Parts: sequence; C-alpha cells; structure tokens
Amino acid sequence: MNAVLGISAYYHDSAAALLIDGNIIAAAQEERFTRIKHDASFPHHAIEYVLHEGGLKLEDLEVIVFYEKPFLKFERLLETYHAFAPKGLKSFISAIPVWIKEKLFMKKMLKDELSDFGKLSCPIWFPEHHLSHAASAFYPSPFDKAAILTIDGVGEWATSTIGLGSGNQIEILKELHFPHSLGLLYSAFTYYTGFRVNSGEYKLMGLAPYGDEKSPQTQEFKNKILQFLVDVREDGSIILNMEYFEFATGLKMTKNKKWEALFGLPPRLPESELSQDYMNLALAIQQVTEDVVLRMAKHASEITDCKKLVLAGGVALNCVANGKLLKSGLFEDIWIQPAAGDAGGALGAALAGWYIGMNKSRTVEKNDSMHGAMLGPEFSNKDITRTITKYGADFEFYNDFENLCTQTADLLSQGKVVGWFQGRMEFGPRALGNRSILGDARNPDMQRKLNLKIKYREGFRPFAPIVTEDKVSDYFELIKSSPYMLMVAPVKKTRCIVDNGPDSDKTMLQRLYHLRSDIPAVTHIDYSARIQTVHYKTNTRLYKLLKTFGEKNGYEVLVNTSFNVRGEPIVCTPDDAFRCFMSTEMDYLVMGDYLFSKEKQPKIAGIIKGAKNLD
Amino acid sequence: MEFIKEFWMFLKARKKYWLIPSIVILLFFGVIIVLAGGSALAPFIYSLF
Repeated sequence: MNAVLGISAYYHDSAAALLIDGNIIAAAQEERFTRIKHDASFPHHAIEYVLHEGGLKLEDLEVIVFYEKPFLKFERLLETYHAFAPKGLKSFISAIPVWIKEKLFMKKMLKDELSDFGKLSCPIWFPEHHLSHAASAFYPSPFDKAAILTIDGVGEWATSTIGLGSGNQIEILKELHFPHSLGLLYSAFTYYTGFRVNSGEYKLMGLAPYGDEKSPQTQEFKNKILQFLVDVREDGSIILNMEYFEFATGLKMTKNKKWEALFGLPPRLPESELSQDYMNLALAIQQVTEDVVLRMAKHASEITDCKKLVLAGGVALNCVANGKLLKSGLFEDIWIQPAAGDAGGALGAALAGWYIGMNKSRTVEKNDSMHGAMLGPEFSNKDITRTITKYGADFEFYNDFENLCTQTADLLSQGKVVGWFQGRMEFGPRALGNRSILGDARNPDMQRKLNLKIKYREGFRPFAPIVTEDKVSDYFELIKSSPYMLMVAPVKKTRCIVDNGPDSDKTMLQRLYHLRSDIPAVTHIDYSARIQTVHYKTNTRLYKLLKTFGEKNGYEVLVNTSFNVRGEPIVCTPDDAFRCFMSTEMDYLVMGDYLFSKEKQPKIAGIIKGAKNLD
Repeated sequence: MEFIKEFWMFLKARKKYWLIPSIVILLFFGVIIVLAGGSALAPFIYSLF
C-alpha cells in the first residue's frame, strides 16, 4: 500500500487530500473544521481527518506533497520589488516579515507542524502551483489524453498555463506570467465593484446579466478595458497595463483615481446600492473574461490537437465562461475540477506526486474519479443522536428511507424550505447536495422566501437548480451532465415566459423576481441557470428525493443552496447543521434518517432564531 | 544548514545568481523590519506573496 498526502496552506483555503494506491480516499478544507471561512492556517484538522479516513498514521505515508514551490514564489517576490522599486516599499514592509519568519523556511515549518501527527519519515515534495492545478484537473478526469488549461490569480510566476495530459504524464507547454493575470484582472473588478476579493468573484459574475448589453455605456466600458487596462492577444495571452493596477506593489488591487477617471465611476462601497453603471461594468469585464478564456482554449486546442479539455484554477469556477466554452464547440468534451481553487491544489499536489513523482500507471474512470466530490467526513445516526441529546431536540426517526423521502418531497411541495444533511461532506466551494438547503424551484415565492426568511438579505443572484441527470434536457439547453454545478446554460425555451420588453427601468429586485419560466426560483434574469445534475451512483439519496418529488409534481428539479450561515463555511458536523437550522428560519431539517421540524423544537439557550444570516 | 544548501541549489538551477545582491540587501532590510517588530500578518487585499 502506498499513500500520498497533499497539502495546500498559508494563502487561502487550506486543505488536505489523501491518496491510497492512487485512489482519492479523502479531501477536505480546513475551514469546515475551524469554522473560519477561507482559513489559510496549516490544515491540522483536515490532515487529521484524511489520515483517519484512510486508517493511516503519518509514518505510513510514502510522500507528502505541498502544492507549490516557496523558493520560486520568493524569487517572484524579490524580482517584483526589484522591478518596481522604489515603489512597493509599504507592500515590502508588510510581506517580508512573513517570509523571513515563516514562508522562506516552509519545509521546516511543515515538518514542525506535521510532528504533531507522529514521526515524519517520508520526503516532502514541492510541485509548482499550476502543475498542482493541472494535475487536479487531468488525473481525476475521464480522459486518457486532454488539453489542460489552468487559470487563476497567481501561483509562483505562472498565472495561466496550457498543458497536455497524456496517460500518467503532464507537460506544461505554455505559461503566462505575473503580473499579467486574468484572475487578478477579474479580482480587480471584484474589488472595484465593492465585493470581497477571492470570494466575491461569483457575485460579480452573477451581477453581469443585469448589465444592458445594448447600452452604449457597456460597449464603452468594454472598449476602455481593452484599450487601457488589458491588451488581449490572439492566443489568449494578456498584458495588463500596470499603470492602472496596485496589486504588484501596493496593498490594494486598483489605482482608484485612475479607474475613476477612466470609467467615470467611483469604487463602489461594499454593501451600498448597486446602480446600473456597476451592472454594465460587471457585464463588460465578464465579456472580456469570456473572450480571453475562449482564446486561451482555442490556442490550447491548436497546440495540443486534443478534442478534450480539462480546467482548473479559480477562473475555472466562472461557470458562465465555462458554459460558453462548452457551447463554442472548440472541444468535444470538457471536464472541470470541482475544487478548482487553491483547496483543490492539495489534491492536485498529491496526484502530481503519485503519477509524476512516483511514475505510477493510471487507469481512467468512465465518469471521473472524484466520487462526486463527496470526499469529506460522514456522520452516522449515532453521531446525530448525540446532537439531539445535546440540544434536547425534537425529531422523527425513519427506519425506511423511502418514507423519509416521501415525507420530504411532500414538505417541499408545500413550499417548505428543508435543510438536507446526508453522507460525506463535499470537497470544494459548492454544496452539491450533501450539505444543502432545498426548496421547490416552481414556487414563484421560493426565491424571495429563501432570500428574506432564510438568507435575511435581498440577494441579486438566483439559486441554482439540481436536476436528475436523465431529465436535465427537459429543463435546460445543456448537452452534457454538470455534476459539479460548473456549467451555466439557458432554461429550455418552451419553459420560458416571453418577456414584455426591456426591463432595465425596473429595480434590481423587481427584475430578479419577475416571472421568467415555470421554474422561476432558478432562472436568472438572462434566462440562464447554474445547473447541477444529480446522479444515482454518486448521490443516491438526493437522486431518489428528486425522483419522488417528480412523481408527485412532474418536476425532477429543486433549488439547491449551500447549508451555511453568512460569513461561515458550509456546515460540516450534525452540530453545525442543527445550530444553523435553529438560527435561521428554515422549516425542516433532514439529517441522516432523522427529520426535525422547526415548529416542534424547544427554545434552546444560545441558539437564537433568525440571529444569523445565511450566505 | 539544509535551508542554505537548498536555496543555493535553487539559485543554481534557476541561474539567478544576479539575485544574490538583492537578496542580501533585501534580507538585511527585512531582518531590520522583523527586529523592529513588524507583523507576520500581511494586510493585503489579496495575498499575492
């Protein structure tokens, strides 16, 4: 038996992943255990969990693989400060203590941290950041040979790479280097439009459809982006005009005065009102991003001559761009790593160690080898009873899952909002049906209800649908499965309600709540949906629930939103789930074989109803 | 000193000997900053380094 541990840490989204004989056994983000969103600290809990899941001790490991090269990153740091000097002194003063005290001695730091788990007798390897991403995209994919595209903010030097995966080997063919980064360009707009960098990018993506494509302002924004901010080349390479960006030498992303002069818009304050100007700006940068991704993919196709593409890196979470890429027909098939961000780097590092470092042979799985991304901890009914006892909770126990399924489908049909906690926790940023909140997608009030009663906010994004794999084409114009919620596609035309002309004069929420299809809760204002297909093999319980709901109502589709409180990560344990259930206005919670009704719960000290917002 | 050995091997492999003067000067200033009690927490909007 050969076991490999992969680790990502110290920047954002620390995680650990374990392979045994090349099989992905477990993977989890540290944030789920510490309850600190995007936790960047050493993933003690995640490592403890993956080793426990594999029944291993530290001594049993063949190799430990860290997801990037610290020295190469330090080289970039020095050369960047050298190139921009005397600018960047403030940034240097902020960055250098961390390096001198810790990051430069990464190997020792890792050894010290790992000593908590026992005696370290194996080597630690350091593949490049983008090789880790590439490995996370290619090795678990269902392809023997594929073009690989990785796009993110930055690793060591690379910000995007094009590679070729074949058998058990990966060859990186081209790299785009810092500071020229599509991920950082998108993050700069995320920052300027008042969202949090590194987590608010999907909000910017969700805002883009509110932009008016025909408006001269949108076209002007797009022209200005291409004329002043970024030079986009035919092969998808980009060159950022660093006169407009602060991130290389400062502590912020953009030079706000220059941006304000360019776009005629001040930076939007977080949480302030979103005017049409910012919506148009969001649309402009989304269109530029899609154009660059398509060019990169086209170039990848040309230089690899592959019909299959795999994607990873934070930009691969831009499911709108992914949908356009799929529709473009550049590739016969596309597979995207569900943990495309840095957490997935832990898995990629382990896979790179196994296949490249140890030169092990590879068997391609028909679908993929991610096990539906259900790679986290699972809790038994016994664990759930501990939570019941702790809070004195009222519950109903179901011996037969079919009965529980029927009961849950009934509740959903009545418009109830149900927390759904089953099986192993998902790895990656999305709740894929094991730590989810479910609702009826047909219900015209569901979106509002989830926003106001569950989320306690007026979110401008619609919720994502889950649909059985076999019925996806009944609802959406999607030609393949989308098990990881990484594809956006239009709602089927026959389901759409024809609009009565332009609605840009309406407020954002009037536009959001406007009835656009027979599944309004999951139809965005551009008639698109961020689809997740549910498969019997990888999520049997949820699949059965959708089927049961379909038998009752004729619709095998539901709303799926992540099971978490705003500002906190997705729930991990039954305790997290019950506390989240009690602190929001969710109607029911299904956890394992137990059903909890909110109305029947006793008042519990320390858990205040409606006290927290769901994210 | 495993670290020095590894770092030297890194510079050799990357053929980045020209970085040595920069490294010495930057490390000198860096050590001063550290000794002056600089925080080990980088307050970046986006942690690039």
